[in-house]
Amino acid sequence: MNAPPSSLPSATSATSESANRPRSLADLFISFTLLALQGFGGVLAIVQREIVDRKRWLTQEEFIEDWAVAQIMPGPNVVNLSLMIGGRHFGIAGALAALAGLLTVPLILVIGLAVLHDRFADSPVVAGALHGMAAVCAGLIGAAGLRLASALKKSPMPLSWCLAISAAGFILVAFLKCPLPWVLFGLGGLACVLTWRRLA
Amino acid sequence: MSAPLHLALDWADWLNLFGHFLLMSLMSVGGAISTSSEMHRFLVEQHHWLTQEQFNQSIALAQAAPGPNVLFVALMGWHVGMNAGSTAAALFGVLVTMVGIMTPSTIITYTAARWGHRNRDLRAVRAFKQGMAPIVIALLLSTAWIMASSAGAGAAAAAGAPIASAVLANWPLWLTAIVSGLIIWRTRIHLLWLLAAGAVLGALGLI
Repeated sequence: MNAPPSSLPSATSATSESANRPRSLADLFISFTLLALQGFGGVLAIVQREIVDRKRWLTQEEFIEDWAVAQIMPGPNVVNLSLMIGGRHFGIAGALAALAGLLTVPLILVIGLAVLHDRFADSPVVAGALHGMAAVCAGLIGAAGLRLASALKKSPMPLSWCLAISAAGFILVAFLKCPLPWVLFGLGGLACVLTWRRLA
Repeated sequence: MSAPLHLALDWADWLNLFGHFLLMSLMSVGGAISTSSEMHRFLVEQHHWLTQEQFNQSIALAQAAPGPNVLFVALMGWHVGMNAGSTAAALFGVLVTMVGIMTPSTIITYTAARWGHRNRDLRAVRAFKQGMAPIVIALLLSTAWIMASSAGAGAAAAAGAPIASAVLANWPLWLTAIVSGLIIWRTRIHLLWLLAAGAVLGALGLI
């Protein structure tokens, strides 16, 4: 993002500056499957360690660049990153292999859990456990929001504007049950225009 | 606890579901979880295709299981199908919701990644990325609020209490949500420990 351009590898070159690359589509699929299976409560924290530190498919700088793009695109960040890595080495087939690796086995597992849960849903112990986990998840999602909020200090907009926009968005969605496209295009569009003007 | 749902879904309904998840995919800047409050509005409040419990369980189970969090979407599709009466419908529901949530974002990301990478210093790219940050935060906090308050409301309704007093009546649940949020925010503790703690507290009937 703020790294000097000279240190950045070309985005379009087929070869990467990093030491290694995925050997095959199967390598991509298996690597992303193993990566996904390590990531409880989200894969985000595992990705950097596996892809950069262990496999060296990306340098640290390449990872930061790709992560920034993955974040501004719609879709889960980890999914976007897998598409970009797979696509860079093997085109669309690579993107699909990485995506399939990330999703297939975890999907089967999570459906298995849901089936098990339905079988025992009448048990007050199981219902209570899920109830408790839902409370923790609410906290988890809230914490992710709060953690991101520290990034608002770096926004081109004044912090007070950012907080006002966040608060308005929260009220619109949580209390007024406003449909998401209105909030994204209305309030989000306003925020983007304000940011754009401040960037001049 | 809300009563189990028995749905009769026709092709128009499935198409409606698919279209909504296509739309959510386009909206999912910041991850699929940031659109979950809209999924709640659509699935639970508007169409009554999911119960509140099923909605909460979908997110809680996907968080507890390995893999990307987006799999909560598959579980929502699974539950809609189960409400429609069969395992085959449930598998179809998984297909509909997952293909829906993945396809537009995947195509956009794949085609735009190189452009975005080359033009990362462009004013419009930076304005979009930084301008959307407050919205993403608002959406995450809304989801947290809806999950905590609806879990509380469900328990309060079961106990015969008016919804308005749900927050007071369910203070242990709110306390759990807030404390776990603060711990996750401030420490690097593994999420599994907190989920396990929540499960144990819930299983013992303490929250």
